[in-house]
Amino acid sequence: MKTPLLQVERLGKAYVADKPVFADVSFMLDRGEFVCVIGHSGCGKTTVLNVLAGLDTATAGHVFMESREMVGPSLERGVVFQGHALMPWLTVRQNIAFAVKSRWPDWPGARLNQQVEKFVQLVGLSHAIDKKPSQLSGGMKQRVGIARAFSIQPKMLLLDEPFGALDALTRGTIQDELMAIVRETQQTVFMITHDVDEAILLADRILLMSNGAETAAGYKPGGIAEVVVNPLPRERTRATLHHLDGYYELRNHIVDFLVSRAKAH
Amino acid sequence: MSVANHLKLRAGLLSGLILLVILGLWYAATATSGATASAAGLTPAQIEYAQMMGQDPSAIKADGFPTLGQMGQTAWSHLSRPFYDNGPNDKGVGIQLAHSLGRVALGFGLACLVAVPLGFVIGMSPLLHRALDPFIQVLKPISPLAWMPLALYTIKDSTLSGIFVIFICSIWPMLVNTAFGVAAVKKEWLNVAATLEVSPLRKALQVILPAAAPTILTGMRISMGIAWLVIVAAEMLVGSTGIGYFVWNEWNNLSLSNVIFAVLVIGVVGMLLDLAFGRLQKAVTYVD
Repeated sequence: MKTPLLQVERLGKAYVADKPVFADVSFMLDRGEFVCVIGHSGCGKTTVLNVLAGLDTATAGHVFMESREMVGPSLERGVVFQGHALMPWLTVRQNIAFAVKSRWPDWPGARLNQQVEKFVQLVGLSHAIDKKPSQLSGGMKQRVGIARAFSIQPKMLLLDEPFGALDALTRGTIQDELMAIVRETQQTVFMITHDVDEAILLADRILLMSNGAETAAGYKPGGIAEVVVNPLPRERTRATLHHLDGYYELRNHIVDFLVSRAKAH
Repeated sequence: MSVANHLKLRAGLLSGLILLVILGLWYAATATSGATASAAGLTPAQIEYAQMMGQDPSAIKADGFPTLGQMGQTAWSHLSRPFYDNGPNDKGVGIQLAHSLGRVALGFGLACLVAVPLGFVIGMSPLLHRALDPFIQVLKPISPLAWMPLALYTIKDSTLSGIFVIFICSIWPMLVNTAFGVAAVKKEWLNVAATLEVSPLRKALQVILPAAAPTILTGMRISMGIAWLVIVAAEMLVGSTGIGYFVWNEWNNLSLSNVIFAVLVIGVVGMLLDLAFGRLQKAVTYVD
């Protein structure tokens, strides 16, 4: 049997001893898999992502990538940040070139430029390649952020609510684009979202996370309450998603979870 | 665009009007003082007597507050020959300015070399920030001229002491602003650098430096303003050359027209320096 790309074992984070925000978070990611995490604010999903990115450390548990324990950030894991996190003093081209140069410092200028232009084209921003981020709309900035993460061709992509700040129309368009790029590049993706439809559209599996809470039996830390495997065919589109058999059952199941179970009583 | 141009035009006209009013007041004020100081009503013998007693009535008028005409003559004579050198006490105003600017450039440059790297370290290390903060807070409000006796005693060279005073007054705004700018660099940019495994040096030069550049330049601009204020006072103290020394020397010569001319030159040069740093600041400022 093939080893999974990423293996998370009994991960936990405690800011106050004995009261971890989440505990015993374990899951696996196969190559080419798209996994979404859904949960309320404060359940620790961003912390999980930051631990996977190497930007934060867990207080318990281990993360293995290709059977090797992961320590610190790495170019093998690309991150798309919640805010676009573009450097405003650089143009789109320079922002992506900064990433490509970090990945392949020895590449000559022409090759570097070729890589930059390829990924700018992938998100449809060739016309704005020499503009500064301040001249772009929110959706365009987030596209550049996505292009930057893809341009270093990481083994795995981490997205922290990448569309949270966008309006519904723009979000839909970029979701389609992201899905197309992921299908084309066979990219492994781990993504946080608040949007149930977004998760159903994009994810092969959806991790439902609950918040930590005081119960009659004492404090119960947050964690993965349930893993939902998306039964819908992989070749789905946003336009026809809600006509697919099983869509409403899946959606109701996740919404019910968020409403009644996510915050433990 | 035309509205903006219109405003600019009107402001320019108003500025010109204010200048005319000032010149008019000057003219009126010096015209009456000239009348009282005139030699009217004195016989030639009385005038000669007064001259022999060192109280030449016409000379008194020349040494008093200059009229507009005298001012124009002084300005013209300086501007037409800015770089003459007739010995230690008689140099063109251009040479004096060059001495002052040279001292400011040296002192300011040295302060840059110390303040920017040190500010970087302080901005990145909360420990050093706390440890050095009391020293900075005590040293910052000291008038730079208060260092002069210590500088003269230890350095034993008046020119170097002047440069040291410029150094010590330029360093604080740059240090404090650099530390603040570096500490305030957005976490998300540092996270980007971290996930891209950027080396510390590249991170410092390509992420932190451009991010903090507008704040650093603001500190430099403030420092340059202070340095230009201080150099005049410092040169009055240490003497020998420079625009500050020129002012003091002309005061001892009781040549107010030269003093006024020098004061105007100091103002214009200060403005040009500030404009230059303003340009620089604009060049590194980014819209977030």
